[in-house]
Amino acid sequence: MVTQWFKSGSPWIWMTGGAVSISLISVLGLLAMIAWKGLSFFWPSEVVQLELQGSVAKQTVIGEIYDRELVPKSRIEATGVDLSHYEKDELERLLIKTGNREYVDLDFRWVLETDIQSRTAPAALAVFERSKNGNFYGYVEQVFKDGEVITENKVEVLYELVERAVELNDQALDLQNGDIGHINYELERLRLKEKAYQLDNELTDERVAELAQARAELRAEYSELEKQLFALRKEAKRDQVTVKDMRGEVVTLPLYQVLDVWFPNDMGFFAKLGHYFAQLGKFVSDDPREANTEGGVFPAIFGTVFMVLLMAVIVTPFGVVAAIYLHEYAAKNAVTKMIRIAVINLAGVPSIVYGVFGLGFFVYMLGGSIDQLFYPESSPSPVFGTPGVIWSALTLAILTLPVVIVSTEEGLSRIPSTVRHGSLALGATKAETLWRIIIPMASPAIMTGLILAVARAAGEVAPLMLVGVVKMAPTLPLDGNFPYVHLDRKFMHLGFHIYDVGFQSPNVEAARPLVYATAFLLVSVIIALNITAIGIRNHLREKFRALEH
Amino acid sequence: MTSNPSKPTFHTDRSRLFKDRFAKWGISAGGVMVLIALLLIFFYLLYVVQPIFESAKVETRNSVKLTNASQVVGVGMEEQTEVAFLLGETGNVDFYNIEKDHFGKKITTLNAELPSDVSSFASSAPFQGQYAYGLENGSVVVVAPKFLVTFPNNQRQLTPRLDYPLGDMALEVDDQGAAITKFAFSHYEDKTAVVALTADKRVLFSSFVGEENMFTGEVEWVVERTELDIEGRVDELLISPDTTRTFVRSANQIYVYDTRYPSEVEQIQLLAANEENANLVSTQLLAGANSLMLANDNGEVSQWFEVNTEDGREFKKIRAFETSKQSKLNIFTEFYRRTFFTAGANGELGIYYTTSDAKLWQGKVSDGPIQNFAIAPRSNAALILADDALKVVEIHNEHPEVTWSALWQEVWYEGYPEPGYIWQSTSASDDFESKFSLVPISFGTIKAALYAMLFAVPIALSAAIYTAYFMSSELRKVVKPTVEIMEALPTVILGFLAGLWLAPLIEEHLPAIIGLLILLPLGILLTAFGWNKLPNSIRHRIPEGSHSILLIPVVLFIGWLSFAMSGTIELWMFDGNVRQFLTNELGMTFDQRNSLVVGIAMGFAVIPTIFSIAEDAVFSVPKHLSNGSLALGATQWQTLVRVVLLTASPGIFSAVMMGLGRAVGETMIVLMATGNTPIMDWSIFQGMRTLAANIAVEMPESEVGSSHYRILFLAAFVLFIFTFIFNTVAEFVRQQLRDKYSSM
Repeated sequence: MVTQWFKSGSPWIWMTGGAVSISLISVLGLLAMIAWKGLSFFWPSEVVQLELQGSVAKQTVIGEIYDRELVPKSRIEATGVDLSHYEKDELERLLIKTGNREYVDLDFRWVLETDIQSRTAPAALAVFERSKNGNFYGYVEQVFKDGEVITENKVEVLYELVERAVELNDQALDLQNGDIGHINYELERLRLKEKAYQLDNELTDERVAELAQARAELRAEYSELEKQLFALRKEAKRDQVTVKDMRGEVVTLPLYQVLDVWFPNDMGFFAKLGHYFAQLGKFVSDDPREANTEGGVFPAIFGTVFMVLLMAVIVTPFGVVAAIYLHEYAAKNAVTKMIRIAVINLAGVPSIVYGVFGLGFFVYMLGGSIDQLFYPESSPSPVFGTPGVIWSALTLAILTLPVVIVSTEEGLSRIPSTVRHGSLALGATKAETLWRIIIPMASPAIMTGLILAVARAAGEVAPLMLVGVVKMAPTLPLDGNFPYVHLDRKFMHLGFHIYDVGFQSPNVEAARPLVYATAFLLVSVIIALNITAIGIRNHLREKFRALEH
Repeated sequence: MTSNPSKPTFHTDRSRLFKDRFAKWGISAGGVMVLIALLLIFFYLLYVVQPIFESAKVETRNSVKLTNASQVVGVGMEEQTEVAFLLGETGNVDFYNIEKDHFGKKITTLNAELPSDVSSFASSAPFQGQYAYGLENGSVVVVAPKFLVTFPNNQRQLTPRLDYPLGDMALEVDDQGAAITKFAFSHYEDKTAVVALTADKRVLFSSFVGEENMFTGEVEWVVERTELDIEGRVDELLISPDTTRTFVRSANQIYVYDTRYPSEVEQIQLLAANEENANLVSTQLLAGANSLMLANDNGEVSQWFEVNTEDGREFKKIRAFETSKQSKLNIFTEFYRRTFFTAGANGELGIYYTTSDAKLWQGKVSDGPIQNFAIAPRSNAALILADDALKVVEIHNEHPEVTWSALWQEVWYEGYPEPGYIWQSTSASDDFESKFSLVPISFGTIKAALYAMLFAVPIALSAAIYTAYFMSSELRKVVKPTVEIMEALPTVILGFLAGLWLAPLIEEHLPAIIGLLILLPLGILLTAFGWNKLPNSIRHRIPEGSHSILLIPVVLFIGWLSFAMSGTIELWMFDGNVRQFLTNELGMTFDQRNSLVVGIAMGFAVIPTIFSIAEDAVFSVPKHLSNGSLALGATQWQTLVRVVLLTASPGIFSAVMMGLGRAVGETMIVLMATGNTPIMDWSIFQGMRTLAANIAVEMPESEVGSSHYRILFLAAFVLFIFTFIFNTVAEFVRQQLRDKYSSM
């Protein structure tokens, strides 16, 4: 009976079916997990107050429950904890994020379920998000406004004061990065100008005086701005708040370090929702803090988008022209065959090889030559002879070239030949047919190729590590300083951000939710791009199928 | 462009034609660009890699006759190879310009201040740049030629001077005042050690430590002297630059002394070091001072260094070099690298590299014997004193450490107990012996790819077969893009999940993972059997070809079951800790980021590649073939195995090749999911380092143009060739298959 059943092959069919189920579960499970872990991070989770006693001395712990796991009892007992009164084989332990990094040794700690005597979530517990040292948890004691204690509505006043400090800090930062940064940039340009004159032996006294005057003006402006900056900073340092932490001690927090304050246990669902979206917004629009482990990822988003767009501008003409050649012009000969093999191989060569090639050829050879020819004054520090956004874009353009070619060619092959013949029969030349008829018809396919190329490039990290990505770029490749677009600058990238924060940062545990959030952002962008591309392609297929009949 | 199409003029037709031609040529050029891009990558990589396989070259720069060549006892040159200095036997130092344009012009002569007549001469290890005269009164004076660089009128100018690194005082080596006939010395940090043979045949080891007198502020030497007990004549004396070892050669025997502590000088070994039927003629210490190079009178040069043996650290013969059959060979060494030079009595020069066991160059540089020889600090030139002339040769020897055998064969590195395959590219010190074996990282690449394929191939191929052959077409429309979307998933995310989520998960729940491997197939089979037993009325309600949907809850349940049981099994079979069990009971090392993690994560990245191509191949098998087989009474499965798979097998092969190509070159997953240690071990619980990850880790730090840089390019080139072959073969097979189908 069973042997017959096996002979029928039906179990094997089930087995192959099982493989499909496993693949589906893994894909969807993976995406769901990234989405869940990435998105849940911004939700204001409950802050609990635990009274501990047992394997640890009697103490209070305040924090968010970050993770929980089951551990065999024997393993805990092996560390010398007495669990004889506990009956089950396994017990739960909780990972508590206690924050207050400068006052406690570890901002994460494991707590055994058996040690918890009581667990409460008092509404008065506040969470302070700070620009240094991470979150702070505690009870608000007193609010000081310009040295005076606020007695009425202290929570409302606290909100106001935090907002004011954040506002002032923003202004100071704008001033520092905007106007003051601009002056520093101009001073550097003057220095290079002087050196260039010197190299050309054209540094006359007149020019020296000119440069000196320009410098003096800039310096005067600088000291003026500096005064403003100090004034703003002083203003921001005006207020404080005192907070009682889990050790029972009262700690003074200067408000200029506080970015936000909230009382999660006192929030309703909609308040939490509002807070959630505010946090999400901050994540995509803020600069990173604390060695990238906190704050937002704005520079990484900007860098990724900028590099990818630059790459798209480079790759599209080449890819489209190559595809048109292959489909419309190429004769069936050895050269065409070789080009096709080249396309397949360009798609199959490991991305790190492109990185190595880009570093050697683009950065050192091409960039080095550009520096020698056009920027002799800034030597020995390289301008283009060092990894930068333009080289990353070029490297990825070669890498994604086959994507554009294959997709465009597919689009071209779907255009019925009757269309071409019609155009040619009416007297148009081949070039005119292409330009007026074929390319407009194939444009959705070109678009598809471009989107797929962008999606591929956005997720690629290995080659970028060699040709231009950095963990922290002080300036964006686009800013208000002449010439506005700085193709030689290094940039930040979402994918590299994930690698860097997840694997190179000193406090991986604290950074992990941020990495999940970044990963979710990247995945959703890439999948959205892919689905769009597939959508356009399917639409196109339907359209041309209708045309053929 | 014509404004009025009804009246085309000759001119506009010409311009249209021109545009047409122009477009044709432009587009063709654009098409060929793709080919050029690939060729550019290929040739550029080759261009960077190629210098490491070039052999050394020696070119004469110039030479000049000297009148007092026979009185010269030591030579050397300045870093830019612009000035040479010749130390004479009476303490006179002649400086010569050796630039191309003013070659041979004598710059100046400086005289060392010596309190007594010279009886002997010695030079330090090349990188120390010190020379010393042994005197008739039993003392030693150390001098160092130095150059002051000035830029009068924007012209670089070197002014030579003589420094006395130990102050003006001579070191009193023999307190009995006998003349010093032979000696060796080293000045290291604040310590100076001298080993000397006196005229009355005593061998003295003396150590000098400079101490500042607290009251007068003068430096006083604290001296410790030990007389070494040597039987027979003393031929040569050597001292390692860090003064920890002293060697005395007496005929064919070498006495090795431990001189780390001047108060407890101890003989640690007596080597009979000559080759069979040969006698030792000269000895030298290699750069890094770990290796002793010994020249024999039959022309053989052997390398000895200390290795750990049962009796502690002992000098052992490691390898021998066959040089020219010269009975009187002198050995000279480079500043930092393991290159050594042999100078023969017939004017023949040989260049060798010890680590790579390579003979780099051999040729005649003079008619008579080479009296003296010095290598430039940057190893790009050498000074030869021969035929009463001073000769400078340019040496092009940038990458002596790389040879085919050094990259791919076992090499015995200094200090290692046995030959091995080791990758260790950089270290803090200048005289570090680089270990460039590509074997461990190539091994890692293969290991990672293999484990990934082990995981990916069964799942991807089964899934492809089911999707293409059994699945209902509505379902297929959803399933195929879903699996394929996985290909778009950035590998950095897979790597991050593997390293930070999967690796700890596997570590915690190892029994669950093993359990899954066994329970999943069993569970699927049981479900199938159970389904088979169900009454037809229920079975027929579910459409054909949706087994996989039915199985989703089963797989989920088994997954949950395995993880839920994991703790209990662990408690029950492995005392609650599998890791400890593995280490203690089975002696296996368990890394958290291991091959299992890489296999699963990279398998994940490869599944969509294989799935997509294999699915296409199976799906495009002409329907009349399978229909024919079914009509003849074969079951679905028989048809699949005997007809469909057989026809599609080239496509499936090409899918696996493509997958393998991807697994070999994958970087981020391996980088993040393993510890990146270049070890050679098949164990599934240990990590590896792959070619691609190695490039990503080391490339940003490697110096442009160095051997390390070029070897990383070589690694990239190997990857390129590897994947080129895989892809081209896969594409070729696929093309053949397409032609076959279209003819069916």
